[in-house]
Amino acid sequence: MENDLNWAIGGEAGDGIDSTGKIFARALSRAGRHVFTSKDFASRIRGGYTAYKVRTGVERVESVVDRLDILIALTERTIEENLDELRAGSVVIYDGEQTTMADVEVPTEMIGLEVPLTALAEEAGGAIMRNVVALGAACEVAGFPVEYLDEALVKRFGEKGEAIVANNREAARLGQEYVREETDCPNQFSLETTDEDYVLLNGDEAIGMAAIAAGCRFYAGYPITPATDIMEYLTGRIEAFGGAVVQAEDELSAINMALGAARAGARAMTGTSGPGIDLMSETFGLVATSETPLVIANVMRSGPSTGMPTKQEQGDLNAMLYGGHGEIPRFVLAPTTIGECFDKTVEAFNLAEKYQLPVYLTADLSMAVTEQTYRPERFDMESVEIDRGKVVDPEEVEEWLDEKGRFRAHAATEDGISPRALPGTPEAAHMTTGLEHDELGRRTEEEDVRVEQVQKRQRKVDTAREREDFDYREFGDPDADTLVLSWGSNEGAMREALEMLDDRGIDVRFLSVPYIYPRPDLTEAVESAETIIVVECNATGQFADLIEHDTLSRVERVTKYTGVRFMADELADEIEAAIDNEAPPQEVRR
Amino acid sequence: MSSETHFTDFKSDEQPTWCPGCGDFGTMNGMMKALAETGNDPDNTFVVAGIGCSGKIGTYMHSYALHGVHGRALPVGTGVKLANPDLEVMVAGGDGDGYSIGVGHFIHAVRRNIDITYVVMDNRIYGLTKGQASPTSRQGFETATSPDGTVEPPVNPLALALAAGGTFIAQSFSSDSQRHADLVQQAIEHDGFGFVNVFSPCVTFNDVDTYDYFRDAIVNLDETGHDPGNYQAARDKIMDPGTEHIGVLYQAEDSVPFSDREGIDSNMADIPDGAPERADRLVREFY
Repeated sequence: MENDLNWAIGGEAGDGIDSTGKIFARALSRAGRHVFTSKDFASRIRGGYTAYKVRTGVERVESVVDRLDILIALTERTIEENLDELRAGSVVIYDGEQTTMADVEVPTEMIGLEVPLTALAEEAGGAIMRNVVALGAACEVAGFPVEYLDEALVKRFGEKGEAIVANNREAARLGQEYVREETDCPNQFSLETTDEDYVLLNGDEAIGMAAIAAGCRFYAGYPITPATDIMEYLTGRIEAFGGAVVQAEDELSAINMALGAARAGARAMTGTSGPGIDLMSETFGLVATSETPLVIANVMRSGPSTGMPTKQEQGDLNAMLYGGHGEIPRFVLAPTTIGECFDKTVEAFNLAEKYQLPVYLTADLSMAVTEQTYRPERFDMESVEIDRGKVVDPEEVEEWLDEKGRFRAHAATEDGISPRALPGTPEAAHMTTGLEHDELGRRTEEEDVRVEQVQKRQRKVDTAREREDFDYREFGDPDADTLVLSWGSNEGAMREALEMLDDRGIDVRFLSVPYIYPRPDLTEAVESAETIIVVECNATGQFADLIEHDTLSRVERVTKYTGVRFMADELADEIEAAIDNEAPPQEVRR
Repeated sequence: MSSETHFTDFKSDEQPTWCPGCGDFGTMNGMMKALAETGNDPDNTFVVAGIGCSGKIGTYMHSYALHGVHGRALPVGTGVKLANPDLEVMVAGGDGDGYSIGVGHFIHAVRRNIDITYVVMDNRIYGLTKGQASPTSRQGFETATSPDGTVEPPVNPLALALAAGGTFIAQSFSSDSQRHADLVQQAIEHDGFGFVNVFSPCVTFNDVDTYDYFRDAIVNLDETGHDPGNYQAARDKIMDPGTEHIGVLYQAEDSVPFSDREGIDSNMADIPDGAPERADRLVREFY
């Protein structure tokens, strides 16, 4: 009897895979179990293989592993796609009465569980509920009380009326009963439930929620996978807080609208993915030069160009660090967990306003679209602090006027941060521009002034280094000879890999770094280790380049750019191979 | 409507670098006059401009202003207005800025019916880059980039605006200062997107669309009995590119600005103390 479970439903896009997976994930969460989900989807609306995977444990789960215990296969291809992850004893639930599944052969070491999904769904009120029948069947196999689906079914179908909810409950019950009474499937799991209350959310949702909490009132964006969830989350919620979301005509417009809103004094945000930040980069320079606080969420996907829009990658680091012509002071924050998406979003707004510059907040696809359970107090609204920086009150305007009574919007202060007068502030009317300008915002090409303004803008970054705590999180053995560094969503898999490596007698110190620029000083940590390994989802090792640049030390690269996130066991193998300076093991799929 | 503000309050102490005789002087003066006449002052006014001769307007006016990138002034103005509906937002641009690189934004700002005023200084040439063809240059016009004459027919900005659902479409002539100021004032007072295309001659690079040409060619709609509320009549006038009309070509009586449709009425700059508390309910949604 096992208490941890890896479950998946797969089929064609349009089969309701996503919503079925979500119902199961939510039911587990309501039962006080930890959940970690992942999605495998193609860039199309209908057809094409798609899957929703759920890993659940009573202990916290932080990643996916290379194993499936229960698979609901709505298509033959689902079995083929997941063959590598199915083990002896894994249960494959499928509808043998379906003509396309009639010839399915589940390998003998696995358990093929034929359930007449469609027939039972029709009995419950309609063939459309076959997925819910399958859910009920899976609950029986998992030793998980089917009643826990009830609440999730209400959440999913409640709007359609009580009758629909009742039919779905019946469908789940019929699926459960069928397995219990008509099959001899060994009940090999018994999923324990607890009294814990968990919330279940993905990275995009955590970013959206944090934005509202942080006082963001204006969001402009253009739909793009996988950033759209942020916009969809905010739409319909931000209004209740006096804000608005505008679906702009393109990314050029989106960032300019957000810039305008920020200029007017609102905490503003735009969000996009790789191709979108390319389009935004001209205005990105204007945001920096006009010293406008702006948060830009870049939810990364596989590039370059249109790349693989629905696949994982961390390939935009250089674009965010160096994108745009000329030299542009900016911050780049990269939360490493879904929970941290919340904290770093709040921080991004504060940093943007305190230092009056653009802040990239970047998540990767794996973090953005997959869901994880948290204790609700993880998202503590009371702890959200809002720091609007040097916004001048009408009384303070006087001290920032020149001898002719003109507002010095770009005053070259010691810390590089100028007073900020929101439009409407009496006597402080001023212009800002992308042209090089003097303290008043007036165009100039005078050498001294140019140098002064460039230094002033750059000085803000130095000030931030002094005042802020650009830190990292540390795991594993602090005295280990091997140091692993990573950024973005690799933290969860890496933490689990640490345990696996520990079992193999390999000690590793692991630092997860959420600040890309400015970033913590890693020199000491790097110099005290014998082997330094940087883990990231791109081909060239963009973060590894930064570490080498900062520390003048050679680092090993463990990279993955298949479009799929690292799995914990795979990562453990790769780290071990990197320590031994060997090629990665054959079974690691690259 | 009169106010304590004088139009010179909107003048900055910078000396314009526009060529002597440039139509943009008159265009800007009319804007300042209209702002003063409508009871605005520099502290509640926000002027957005893009790149080109027109883009310099923020420098010569005194108000809150942003001088942005080429073609994107309208999205900036949209953001400013939605974030703080108390501000009077005026966007200025040129024919290149508005009808070439920024034409996509133009159509969408019109259809959103954002409650801002958009003044386009249309000189039918690229001035600041020294005389290339613009989207409103006449077909056959000889320029540095079209030595044998342009082959494309000009865009009709008024037609674009009408097709996009424009609710206030006007055209004026920078030299006819009182009429021009009056049209900009009507655009400001219009509840929605107030669009004014201004014949603003370039005395350096355009020797076709000159002051003399416009003085002869212009037909003042006030003198023709045109009813701006009559859509069909407006369409007929707008689709007659052979005539240089000035006046209000079309004004919808039932204009509802974007912010009204979206229920946006507060200044988003204000974050009330303890604002995150109410966000607690957002967490509960994820149970």
